[in-house]
Amino acid sequence: MTTYHPLKELSLARLREFLREPEAVFWTYGFPLLLAVGLGIAFRNRPVEKIYVDVVAHERATEIAHVLKQDPAMIVEVHGEQECRDHLRLGKSSLVVIPGAVVTYVFDPSRSESELAHQRVNDVLQRAAGRQDPVKSEERLVTEPGARYIDFLVPGLLGMNLMGGGMWGVGFVIVDMRVKKLLKRLVATPMKRTDFLWSIIGSRLVFTIPELVVILGSGVLFFGVAVRGNVLAIVILCLVGAISFCGLGLLVACRAQRIETVSGLMNLIMLPMWLLSGIFFSSDRFPDALQPLVQALPLTQLNYALRAVILEGASLTSQFWRLLILAAWGAIPFAMALRWFRWN
Amino acid sequence: MSSSSQNDFAIRCQDLRKRYKSRGGSVDAVNGLDLGVRHGECFGLLGPNGAGKTTTIEIFEGLLDASSGDVEVLGMRWGQNDDALRQRLGISLQETRFPEKLSVFETLTLFRSFYRKGKDPAEVMGAVGLGEKAKAWVGKLSGGQRQRLAVASALVGDPELLFLDEPTTGLDPQARRQLWEIIRDLGEQGRTILITTHYMDEAERLCDRVAVVDLGKVIALGSPTELIASLGGEHVVEFAVANRAALAPEELQHLPAVREARDESTGIALTVTEPHVAIPALLKELQSRKLNLVRLTTRHASLEDVFVHLTGRHLRDDDVSST
Repeated sequence: MTTYHPLKELSLARLREFLREPEAVFWTYGFPLLLAVGLGIAFRNRPVEKIYVDVVAHERATEIAHVLKQDPAMIVEVHGEQECRDHLRLGKSSLVVIPGAVVTYVFDPSRSESELAHQRVNDVLQRAAGRQDPVKSEERLVTEPGARYIDFLVPGLLGMNLMGGGMWGVGFVIVDMRVKKLLKRLVATPMKRTDFLWSIIGSRLVFTIPELVVILGSGVLFFGVAVRGNVLAIVILCLVGAISFCGLGLLVACRAQRIETVSGLMNLIMLPMWLLSGIFFSSDRFPDALQPLVQALPLTQLNYALRAVILEGASLTSQFWRLLILAAWGAIPFAMALRWFRWN
Repeated sequence: MSSSSQNDFAIRCQDLRKRYKSRGGSVDAVNGLDLGVRHGECFGLLGPNGAGKTTTIEIFEGLLDASSGDVEVLGMRWGQNDDALRQRLGISLQETRFPEKLSVFETLTLFRSFYRKGKDPAEVMGAVGLGEKAKAWVGKLSGGQRQRLAVASALVGDPELLFLDEPTTGLDPQARRQLWEIIRDLGEQGRTILITTHYMDEAERLCDRVAVVDLGKVIALGSPTELIASLGGEHVVEFAVANRAALAPEELQHLPAVREARDESTGIALTVTEPHVAIPALLKELQSRKLNLVRLTTRHASLEDVFVHLTGRHLRDDDVSST
């Protein structure tokens, strides 16, 4: 005879429903990925700027052009004077060099790239003519993973996704079941209510792992984000974060009778965190007066902890207080939700 | 199944009341309702929308608390050992939208898992004619199929007592007949069934006994045959004359074999014992008054007539053109 496990069947039902809903899969996994790619491209570290210089045709023009081309950043062209001025005016070049006994630089000082071109071109020409710099110097160029915007962004997106996933994955799902009278139908069976709640929270935690893999994985793969922390510590942190937002999701869903109500409540709770909790820029930028509020938000603490563990390789124990705040944000709403939960 | 005379009833309630608070006052959805459903019978709660049928059945199902009154279900009371009681009940709510992306089989397996003992989901699917839809997603089912799924979800626990709240509302005639057959089969297996409906034909066909409910009270109780017989005549003659104002129903009450005469939206209806006596007398009467007959039909009296007789209103709102 077949034996049936209600917790298993409830969880399977949740997983099946989710995986068979392409929109839900997209918003959970696809959307943050697109966001990361989009922002990653927008804020990518740009290649070294090219400097566009025109030299007015003259017997020495070729020689000057040759010297300037030694600098790999320079794009040098030789044209007639009128054409050179047109290029400058249209922004196709940043600087016009008029050779002669006195070399003349024509440029617009209000354009920063023109000013830059002026300095560089002058330096190159002077050094080629034998100028010696009195102070010896050398240059060391730095583009190190870990310090770029994308490195900052990926843990923030992960935190944002854990928040959205927890709120929607619990709050929306429960209210949807209530609206469809499915919750009432389930309560009319001998189903244990704890089995039901565990299946919702458990399946939410299961969905957390692919979220982590997709977001962090694509960060590593496409943008070379350096993960310095222990993988297990990152997983545990994500699970604690997910549970925390499950508690909030359960709380917003505990009485709501309509999808609109729960959506509104969720946005009300999530909006301050989208703004204040350091997803796209650091929470430290907010004024001191706001900091008590900013620091009290669960997503702020989750984002700080994620960045510390992922980017700096911090240990979980060093994040103890943050974890505690997150746990409190999970446990207190959870207890309140259980008390007020409307089953019928 | 019965051990003592007390336990002859699968459901018993006395002076059941349910008061809802509403804006500026309160509404008595159930207002002193007494009922006894015997083991093994198919019992119908028949009444118009808003009569308190669903509130009553949901109190029996343990989904609502009564404001006052005593309710006993399978010899037990709610709040004592609810799990043990729920194991023995099968419930189909008035409107449940099962997850659209689960298959029929998955849905029934889910519901089966809540019961310690029960039936194989595949067997239940066969019993409600959904065997071929085992792998179909619920979202792809027709209205009738969904309603059969709802009944199936109530059957997987192999219940002693089955609650069906408006099982055929909104279905087309063919789908209703299919569901009636399934419910009749269930009754023949000896299960106790409590069904609510506002379709008189449904109650007549399915129920061993019917309680007619109006304004939160039982206003008549008996088998459909008994209830119809209580009208004093089993036949209804409906007719219309060209000049409607010229004839009041009371003027026909004296005719032979006529038990009752009443106004209908479309004419006059007479409850009669013997149509072959009443109709010639009626035609003669109309002729003597020089009234032109434009329509005349006869039919068997139904529970609808019982309800109209008792309340002066029709069971379904859409049957009433005056309000």
